Amino acid sequence: MADLRSNFLGIKSPNPFWLASAPPTDRETNVVRAFKAGWGGVVWKTLGDGDPIVNVSGPRYGAIHSSDRRLIGLNNVELITDRPLEINLQEIKKVKREWSDRAVVVSLMVPCEEKNWADILKRVEETECDGVELNFGCPHGMSERGMGAAVGQVPDYIEMVTRWCKKHTRMPVIVKLTPNITDIRFPARAAHKGGADAVSLINTITSIMTVDLDQMSPWPVIDGQGTHGGYCGPAVKPIALNMVSQIGRDAETRNLPISAIGGVTTWKDAADYIAMGAGNVQVCTAAMTYGFKIVEEMISGLSNFMDEKGYQTIEDFRALALPKFAEWQHLNLNYVVKASIDQDLCISCGRCHQVCEDTSHQAITNMVDGKRKFEVKDEECVGCNLCAIVCPIQDCITMVHQTKGTDPRTGFAYDRPYANWTTHPNNPGAHSAE
Amino acid sequence: MGSIRADGIQSGRLAPADYEANFSDIHAPFSKHEAFVESERCYFCHDAPCQTACPTSIDIPLFIREISTGNDIGAAKTILNANIMGGMCARVCPTETLCEEACVREHAEGKPVKIGLLQRHATDALMASGKQPFKRAPSTGKTIAVIGGGPAGLACAHKLSELGNAVTIFESKDKLGGLNEYGIAAYKSTHDFAQREVDFILSLGGIEVKTKHALGCNIDMASLRKEFDAVFVGVGLSGVNKLGLEGEANLEGVVDAVKYIAELRQAKDLSALPVGRNVVVIGGGMTAIDAAVQSKKLGAETVTVVYRRGQSEMKASAYEQEIAQTNGVTLKTFAQPAALVSENGKVSAVRFDETTISAGRLTPTGGHYTLPADMVLTAIGQLFVPDGLGGADALALEAGRIKVDAERRTSVKGIWAGGDCIAGGQDLTVAAVEDGKQAALSIHHALNR
Repeated sequence: MADLRSNFLGIKSPNPFWLASAPPTDRETNVVRAFKAGWGGVVWKTLGDGDPIVNVSGPRYGAIHSSDRRLIGLNNVELITDRPLEINLQEIKKVKREWSDRAVVVSLMVPCEEKNWADILKRVEETECDGVELNFGCPHGMSERGMGAAVGQVPDYIEMVTRWCKKHTRMPVIVKLTPNITDIRFPARAAHKGGADAVSLINTITSIMTVDLDQMSPWPVIDGQGTHGGYCGPAVKPIALNMVSQIGRDAETRNLPISAIGGVTTWKDAADYIAMGAGNVQVCTAAMTYGFKIVEEMISGLSNFMDEKGYQTIEDFRALALPKFAEWQHLNLNYVVKASIDQDLCISCGRCHQVCEDTSHQAITNMVDGKRKFEVKDEECVGCNLCAIVCPIQDCITMVHQTKGTDPRTGFAYDRPYANWTTHPNNPGAHSAE
Repeated sequence: MGSIRADGIQSGRLAPADYEANFSDIHAPFSKHEAFVESERCYFCHDAPCQTACPTSIDIPLFIREISTGNDIGAAKTILNANIMGGMCARVCPTETLCEEACVREHAEGKPVKIGLLQRHATDALMASGKQPFKRAPSTGKTIAVIGGGPAGLACAHKLSELGNAVTIFESKDKLGGLNEYGIAAYKSTHDFAQREVDFILSLGGIEVKTKHALGCNIDMASLRKEFDAVFVGVGLSGVNKLGLEGEANLEGVVDAVKYIAELRQAKDLSALPVGRNVVVIGGGMTAIDAAVQSKKLGAETVTVVYRRGQSEMKASAYEQEIAQTNGVTLKTFAQPAALVSENGKVSAVRFDETTISAGRLTPTGGHYTLPADMVLTAIGQLFVPDGLGGADALALEAGRIKVDAERRTSVKGIWAGGDCIAGGQDLTVAAVEDGKQAALSIHHALNR
């Protein structure tokens, strides 16, 4: 039986599934419900100082659905907690005391003054929580006031604030990064330089979900107007996964622990992030879509996967996929695959033919001997994978590695040795192997 | 349902509410959400097999995709462009042997996309909007006579008018619609849909309608050919096959199923329609099934369909047979009627000879049985009656129906034909619509080159 226990920066939790700083972790009631449901930890919804902020009373969330109303992407214009600091601190202290085996990290966002950070850190320490997460990510509402993403988009500010925090607290400091930048490595390096114990990413992506064409306004519409909000949910996971891997591969930050956030909906999403180097994951949209019970599926799925693969602990497979990442110029140009259609599984929808014909390489037939039949023409197939992706039947089209004979498309033998672009004769900048 | 269990042919066997429930829509239409979910199941196939299977070649993947994007009206236009009776066909087409049988999801998982219900969803939306999506082309100055206001005639008239021609429909009955109005089962076309569809088709304009005009009675082909630039014949099948048994013509309780269904469809009050206690239906096609199911729904205690061959040879699809069976109709196969038994001038039973297939031929086994029956509905096929089509302009026939070429041209120049009255017809609304459409294109091309 796999051991799902997580130790992130010395913060222990029974599993690597934490709830991200967001509406689900806004108050004691929710957090206690989450712990009862089995969540390993929470990052308490961001606290600020001064008078509590005010949220809109119009719609806060927008979404993209499939036709059967499965939620694909969510966005929100909610701000940090709108409850008094004192109440939050009391509840955090109480919850941590009653649920000592669970991780309780507190998210913070205050103005960019050392005193503000020093003051709030002192008060948060008194709750005996496990650590703090600096919210440098929130892309709406707070950023206009010089906080959130406004800090996260300037590496110098990240480094400065992180340094203050490390100076003023003994607690582990996690820096939450915004994806609304051009290269995630710069803010991650800044956090690292400032002394961050870890980074967490991604916060939400600046977005406009859709337009209400009747009201001619960005949607959701708040009294005739709409604004950009933070995008999250299953749709953003590939973007986040790439950013996590970028930090994991960067020479300066490769040993910086990562708490991965972004569209974690199933155990598989969590396993993906861990395989690319994350120490744990944080979840929000999936819980906001289905409720807290989904953690049961995540725990059983991850546990089953680890049992099947023989991994005892999370560390056993963490970052195992990371070394397999290669920049494009290092990919093997002599590795040849061809699509192969299993005629027994094929239901003859013809989508593979249609997309290959219209948008790729005209490499799939639609007729063979006057009959509707879809077969790959090896002499045209470049192995692009599009047909396999659009095929509605699982495993009907597979990409088969070619090892014997000659490629009828190129005339080259299939078994040529590894060679990449850096040495290719067509590359003007190629350096000869000799 | 609490039926009155009296012998003989009786009306009012059920409580009023039962009639309403029994003759309500056989398939509830999709809600908007159901339509969205079902539309998502379509794979948008290349050279889609469903479209190939449709006699009118409706672009099914396109209209389903239009539904999935919230564009029901666009979906309806796609449908009606190929099949102006897309609304009725959505209700009466044997989709299980046409588009839905060809659906790749039928092949993949035995659950085809519910194309018929999606088509109904889209066409209902357009009908509810009250819009006529087609516009007439500038007038060509050509005139065409359409004989018969059924699906073939209406489809022909609509397309011809759309192309700018002036059309006159001559219909022998009181109402247009043909079998849509007088033939198909009531629970497949509720809320007077057949007439609403006729009104929708005529709302295009350019179509004059003359009801109670029958060929051979108050109109004749020679005059029509003189008066109009072309003639389209879509007169359907006006005769029925006979059992050839003694008493068939005069015994009380022996009824032609086609007439019975027409009476039912035109009845203002179903409780006034008499039905037997023990009904025997002879035949194996759609008419037999429709007559049997509706008899049961009118309160008959036992309804038995007897067919001389096996279930797989029945012209009614397996799905239609299942509808009959789930409505309490008994299907008996391999037996043919041998004699009508009577008491006091009323039918009381039918004697059947059992049959078998021997060396590919239907042969009596020597066995027989008798079924009690106070009502016998005969549904052993309809006949083309070439009334008014003879004389100097006699149209060549083939297997008893009008011979046409691929463009639905008859043997006589200037006369086209389509629907059930032509040879090779499938006796389906959708096939008749295609005939009418193809004939219209051919006529337009011939008159306006």
